[in-house]
Amino acid sequence: MRFHALRGSSLATLACVLAGSLVLSACATMGGEDETPAAADSSGAEARQPLARGLDAAANPDPFPSTYRGLPRENMAIVGGTVFTGAGQKIENGVVIVTDGKVAAVGDASTPVPAGYRVVDARGRFVTPGIIDVHSHLGVYPSPGVSGMSDGNEATSPNTAQVWAEHSLWPQDPGFNAARAGGVTTLQILPGSANLFGGRGVTVRNIPSVTMQGMKMPGAPYGLKMACGENPSRVYGGRNSSPATGMGNVAGYRAAFIAAREYKAKWDKWREDGEGSPPTRNLQLETLAGVLDGSILIQNHCYRADEMAVMIDIANEFGYEITAFHHAIEAYKIAPLLAREGICADMWTGWWGFKMEALDAVEANAALVDAPQGSCAVIHSDDAELTQRLNQEAAAALAAGRRIGMNISEERAISWITLNPARSLGIADQTGSLEAGKRADVVIWSANPFSVYARADQVFIDGGLAFDRMNPAYQPLSDFELGQPGFGLPAANVLQGAR
Amino acid sequence: MRLKSLILGAACLAALSTPAFVQTLTAITGGRVLTGTSVIENGTVVIQNGRVVSVGTGAAPTGARIIDARGKVVSPGFVAVDSGLGASEISSVGGSDDLSNGANSISASFDVSYGLDPWSFTLPVARLGGTTRAIVMPSHAGGGGGNHRDDGDADFAGVGEGGLQSPGLFAGQAAIIHLAAGTDILVRARVAMVAPFGEAGAGIAGGARGAQFTQFKETLAEVRLYARNRAAYDRAGLRDLSLSRADLEALIPVANGTMPLIVTVRRAADIQQVLRLAREEGVKIILDGAEEGWLVADQIAAANVPVLLNPISNLPGNLETRASRMENAAALDAAGVVIAIKGNEGSIHRARETRYNAGNAVSHGLPYDAAIEAITVNPARIFGMAGQFGELRAGAAADVVIWSGDPLEPLSNAETIFIGGAEQAPTSRQFLLRDRYRDGGEGAMPPAYSR
Repeated sequence: MRFHALRGSSLATLACVLAGSLVLSACATMGGEDETPAAADSSGAEARQPLARGLDAAANPDPFPSTYRGLPRENMAIVGGTVFTGAGQKIENGVVIVTDGKVAAVGDASTPVPAGYRVVDARGRFVTPGIIDVHSHLGVYPSPGVSGMSDGNEATSPNTAQVWAEHSLWPQDPGFNAARAGGVTTLQILPGSANLFGGRGVTVRNIPSVTMQGMKMPGAPYGLKMACGENPSRVYGGRNSSPATGMGNVAGYRAAFIAAREYKAKWDKWREDGEGSPPTRNLQLETLAGVLDGSILIQNHCYRADEMAVMIDIANEFGYEITAFHHAIEAYKIAPLLAREGICADMWTGWWGFKMEALDAVEANAALVDAPQGSCAVIHSDDAELTQRLNQEAAAALAAGRRIGMNISEERAISWITLNPARSLGIADQTGSLEAGKRADVVIWSANPFSVYARADQVFIDGGLAFDRMNPAYQPLSDFELGQPGFGLPAANVLQGAR
Repeated sequence: MRLKSLILGAACLAALSTPAFVQTLTAITGGRVLTGTSVIENGTVVIQNGRVVSVGTGAAPTGARIIDARGKVVSPGFVAVDSGLGASEISSVGGSDDLSNGANSISASFDVSYGLDPWSFTLPVARLGGTTRAIVMPSHAGGGGGNHRDDGDADFAGVGEGGLQSPGLFAGQAAIIHLAAGTDILVRARVAMVAPFGEAGAGIAGGARGAQFTQFKETLAEVRLYARNRAAYDRAGLRDLSLSRADLEALIPVANGTMPLIVTVRRAADIQQVLRLAREEGVKIILDGAEEGWLVADQIAAANVPVLLNPISNLPGNLETRASRMENAAALDAAGVVIAIKGNEGSIHRARETRYNAGNAVSHGLPYDAAIEAITVNPARIFGMAGQFGELRAGAAADVVIWSGDPLEPLSNAETIFIGGAEQAPTSRQFLLRDRYRDGGEGAMPPAYSR
């Protein structure tokens, strides 16, 4: 029966569908790194006529495949530094072995360095996983933010689940380079928060690229940006349309998921029995159906504790999971609940007071959220400047926790900007910590990254040197930056690094 | 005891616009003292009656309350510049924001000091970041501008109601406040005039930069005409002027060079033009922003013009900040420009990040001592208060912060804070919330029962 339903599909698609609930992400992995997913072919004489190209999402689940190939790399051993693994360990005089762009081993000074490996001297310095920013608008709200370059909010309807941030992403945003100079190796680029459903986000590797596809992280699941609270009700209420209130917001979420359930059921049935006309493909419902089957992760802008609790109930009503609440200003009020539900809270330390829903911010938010067993505390930016200093934002949160007597180690706190954001993006199996088998996304810091004076000296992405503060050959400039005022001039008699 | 506190209370009331101070002779001993201009290891800071009595290495005076600061750092309180503290509670709630004014008859004459709220919950939060004083600057209601906006600035500028400029060129007048708990935070009103230039100023004047310079010169000419002919003006014997009487009055000290004009400007080319304008008109200016200042650092230094800047502005947010760099602070300082380092986002809720900004300037080439100066003595100098605050030296206001470590480090806390000699309670609305939910908020009784 199942096989019957799959007649006419390519082998690649067959493999994906058999993977069950991970349909789209599994396919994205295959298509992204290893092969181009084939469009529907005609593999059997008795095969039902495949749908015309583009009308069946399952036939090509990865229509904008990653072309990311990584920078040139060599096998190396980073030795002598203080290593924060991101997974809770601190190793003095540590050794990080990188083989073929992956972490091969991490250990103390006795860790053997294979012959022929380049040895990178990190004595007196600190080594961490690459920083991951789960909430960025680089490329979609780029610098310069002038007329013609504001592509982050499709604020034309409260539900624009059909739009994808990657189709607004301008890879020449100089902010990517500045973020990299701050140690950021992976970012989730999200649509804005005007809408209940803002659209799909995209996770990118922070390497310079002419195309969005060249940055797109292979195998990373898509996120769907949702927004609670003031923004949607202000934007649409201000146009005298729904939602104008918090209750209007919730009605909007529920209506959308009712439609998505129906849409998914129609496709499932058609795939099952192959009878009748196929449903008409609908990009908006397709994304929401991806949430329902677990392949697309909910990334939910939601400030207030009471609203987060309502969002959790909506997820239960329709049978999906919330991966993360972003801008979770009041997460500390429901820290045990978030930990029980396995939902990440993505937070600032210092931002507050810019609107009512940001009124109850506390600097110790991350520390308090981090405390319960099973928690997932994340420090994020939402800002092209703050993303350059997530280590300092984490330091301020750590200080706020310690101020109330919480015994939080630096090796624990570093997870707020490394392993936990990787969990928040569904990529913790690939990056976020210095553990054998993961991508070698590594930052060597001039000093303890919890110090304001620490600079990212070298940044490696998949083992390739992406930034070197000492070497202008590894300080990329975007096309936009060429020939602009100040171009090529040192601003002061100091090592410039990046802007 | 009770009598003593009554007497103290009376003294406090009598002090009026200065913070309530504690008369107790207090000595802070053993710490690393950053005076604002120098460093004293194992120093002794003595305060009494709201002022610093002495700073040095001597023993504490007998009878003094001793605060042991061994292993700690003692600094002057920091001064937030280009701040909205006390004049804006929640940014998106219009009624709680008194920083900008749209009426065209109250432009230069708009005085932020009347809108200050000593009970603002922003003040304790900033205080816990070591901020003890602030220069509260109005912002221009139409100052978001630029000459290519889609919302039609060009229709917005010109002659408005009453035959007056609409909108006016000026945001209004800045005030100095202290952040001590009490009933009056005003230190000095009307310390400087504020006007946006560059894209924002051009937007106000009609769309083009050149228009604003013409309008500015014409405005100063009218102010001078008015100043020479007040009597004629009062009996309606003077030609029509494009500013209200209140605005004309407010601009007299600007026109005669006694009140500084804070010019918000970003592009190097605009900075050059503003320096020229100041020279031609005899106006004393302070540059605010100056993201591209490093390109013309020598010219700024030669004009002896100070700069208020945010050292972490390094992205080309628009076409007038394309040369912005993290090294701007270092380059201007090296050229000899007096700089003051700002906090973030208008230095209201995020004024406490001023110290981190100073630290980031250091990691990008600014000498540490210069970074401390840029958040202490320099703001005081720039606003005519040298020696009165922002510095640990005899006679200055006793704004003293004892830090657990280097104050520019996020891992350091402000542990003890004196403002004008009064020790400030180490709390805020945020701390109360934090403590309410410290244990997860899932006890038998709802969190609302805890205080």
